[in-house]
Amino acid sequence: MKPAIQFSEIDGGMRFYALLGFIALFVLAGLGAAYYMEHNGHWVTGMSNQVVWGTPHVFAVFLIVAASGALNVASISSVFGKTPYKPLARLSGLLAICLLVGGLAVLVLDLGRPDRLIVAMTYYNFKSIFAWNIFLYVGFMAVVAIYLWMMMERKMNRFTKPAGFLAFVWRLILTTGTGSIFGFLVARQAYDAALMAPMFVIMSFSFGLAIFILVLMAACKWSDRPLGDVILLRLKNLLGVFVGAVLYFVIVYHLTNLYITEHHGFERFILLDGGIYTGLFWIVQIGLGSLLPLALLYLPSTGNSRGWISIASLLVIIGGLAQVYIIIIGGQAFPLEMFPGKEVTSSFFDGGIASYSPSLPEVVLGIGGVALALAAVFVGIRVLRFLPTSLADDQVDPHHAAATTEAAA
Amino acid sequence: MSNDGKFDQYRRNFLSGAAATVTGLAMAPGIILHEVAQARPADQAVSSDVRWGMLIDTSKCDRGCNACVTACNDEHGLTGHGRPESDAQWIRKVELRDKQTGNTQSLPLLCQHCEKPPCVDVCPTGASFKRADGIVLVDKHTCIGCRYCMMACPYKARSFIHEDLQDQLPHAPRGKGTVESCTFCVHRVDNDRTPACVEACNAEHHNAMVFGDMNDPDSEISQQLEQYSSRQIRADLQLNTGVRYRGI
Amino acid sequence: MTKRYLSIVTFCLLAVVPVRALLAGDGLYPEVPKAKARFSDTQECVEPLEDMRKNHMEYILHQRDATVHEGIRTRQHSLVECINCHVSDAADAARASSEKHFCSSCHSYASVKIDCFQCHADRPVKSSDNPSLAPSAMSHHIKHDHSAEVLTGKQLRALANGGANDE
Repeated sequence: MKPAIQFSEIDGGMRFYALLGFIALFVLAGLGAAYYMEHNGHWVTGMSNQVVWGTPHVFAVFLIVAASGALNVASISSVFGKTPYKPLARLSGLLAICLLVGGLAVLVLDLGRPDRLIVAMTYYNFKSIFAWNIFLYVGFMAVVAIYLWMMMERKMNRFTKPAGFLAFVWRLILTTGTGSIFGFLVARQAYDAALMAPMFVIMSFSFGLAIFILVLMAACKWSDRPLGDVILLRLKNLLGVFVGAVLYFVIVYHLTNLYITEHHGFERFILLDGGIYTGLFWIVQIGLGSLLPLALLYLPSTGNSRGWISIASLLVIIGGLAQVYIIIIGGQAFPLEMFPGKEVTSSFFDGGIASYSPSLPEVVLGIGGVALALAAVFVGIRVLRFLPTSLADDQVDPHHAAATTEAAA
Repeated sequence: MSNDGKFDQYRRNFLSGAAATVTGLAMAPGIILHEVAQARPADQAVSSDVRWGMLIDTSKCDRGCNACVTACNDEHGLTGHGRPESDAQWIRKVELRDKQTGNTQSLPLLCQHCEKPPCVDVCPTGASFKRADGIVLVDKHTCIGCRYCMMACPYKARSFIHEDLQDQLPHAPRGKGTVESCTFCVHRVDNDRTPACVEACNAEHHNAMVFGDMNDPDSEISQQLEQYSSRQIRADLQLNTGVRYRGI
Repeated sequence: MTKRYLSIVTFCLLAVVPVRALLAGDGLYPEVPKAKARFSDTQECVEPLEDMRKNHMEYILHQRDATVHEGIRTRQHSLVECINCHVSDAADAARASSEKHFCSSCHSYASVKIDCFQCHADRPVKSSDNPSLAPSAMSHHIKHDHSAEVLTGKQLRALANGGANDE
């Protein structure tokens, strides 16, 4: 009889504390950057009255979107009943919570008045999708925590499926809410599209899974636990599907805009003469972030190699950051269309492309958020039993093991 | 006999009641208007009986004139810091040039004080709000500085304060980390005066800006709105702005 | 014997603190600057003094909502009027960051951080042609017979005990 999958904490010791200390340095740097920005005021950043959301928001939105997508693996096992994914469900839940915490930390620390967080948690305007998102984010952490509890305590295992279903629905609503932050804005050419919400959902699938694959590979390698091809190849095939799906949504978004004369100015800006934004779109988002990973993941020569799989996942993440950068900052850089058919100039930079370049405090704060998420995952797998002791092929899928032994015999 | 007497009494009651009602209805509009036309006492809350609005005649707006902007900056203590990209601007002059015909225009652009403001819809704490009399404001006690309203505003009317401030004017509190925009000089309006930009434009004898109560049919702005064709910027968004323009 | 000595020593140690305070004068109390004027003959401030000391934040909080959201600009609880009366408009007057400012003198002592003056003016601005800065309508209430001076701890305690103003 196949023994049940075992979970155990990773080992501590000097290695653990050294790596944790290294990650913690980035967290401290991020906190320092946040203090610097808050103490001096935002004039020390690249953000202005034209581009009001900058690099911190790119990182924050990326992390939040990836957080909901990281839960996908757990949902596949609990909601859709795919047993090979079951051993990964705990790590998936942990990663979801930690990425969300990292993203929210960056978002809150960039506020003009972060000391008023209590105000944000007690005064609500329920017409604002932002206010709803505060509930969704905090609720998500609670729901996933309960889901993890159901999974990790043997007595409660019978509730895993309903808890998993609740978490699945919750994260779809959460990502819809995150996309709607932009989709609900009538003011700007780049937003004001119902497509923003489902596109963000698909983006979450892709980014979350890419990060999950990298974290899983790193954690297993770090703690010398076997990671079999059965599970890894399934994950990488799934990642390819999601990358393709995101590409589809991007194509639909731009094709639709290209058909609508009113949006031609914005499309020209992104696709043709937007300088950095055009370069990021074609080279990083489409090339490095979508087409190249698709090739790497599905071509027989690279699709089975661990090295290429991790490179592909990294490229997906970089492409995802570029995509969020273009959405958030490119969307703001393009001027508001207040006087169609007129050239507009003013002392408040109307009518022209707004300039923005990421400043060091912003980038350090964003990276600090990423480091916080990673540090939290690291501590989590050390303290509690999130990581399976073995994900070797025969552990994950006994039928696969039986089939190979029969074939060999 | 007693029945007749009762019937007479009922008829008298009915007639006097009807007469009183008709008289009251005839006089009521005059009474209500009269109340609005008088100054609102300091301890009385604003009401939606009044809707403040502005009409700007772009044909009277002088391309080289900045009086409205200077007046607003002086009124509220908006000192620049030599950083035009992040310095606050509550009102600005916008120069337009028709790409097809080459025709040029100039107009002041400020918070449009929409009836359905997107900035109010999106504010997570409700700090961005619309007062009962139509003035859209930021309650800076509740503002957390998330800048979502700045993303949402179709007119880019809002500014974020990017630095520590000193020596604010008592009637215009403003501070680092919060968002602000044109208040229609609410501290003046509450004391029965007109906004500083309108006053300055009139002082320059351009008279391009008219400010008043759009709910009052006898006010100058209502009469001009009825007489002349005017439109809202981005009228297709159907926000029903309080600021209207002639000549665009 | 040892117990008795111990208790005597403990008593002396405990007694030192208040005795020192009495000898030093104002060591235990903040030095609160005096207002420019009284509200009326019978009342120092717009509300009774003990009520103000305990509840001034409630008045301020209520007034700010009424003013911002409803346009109610009564002067009784107006922050601008508080500042007009309690803070000097001289060029070298103390700013909110200094402990000599009226609000900060008590707030730094009590270690209760206030952020009012991140946005609000912390001293009156001399009125010019701008009627927005005109003197308050409350001035007819105010008897200008005091010069701005710092209250000593002794005077503050006398006030707290309901005694007449030491002048």
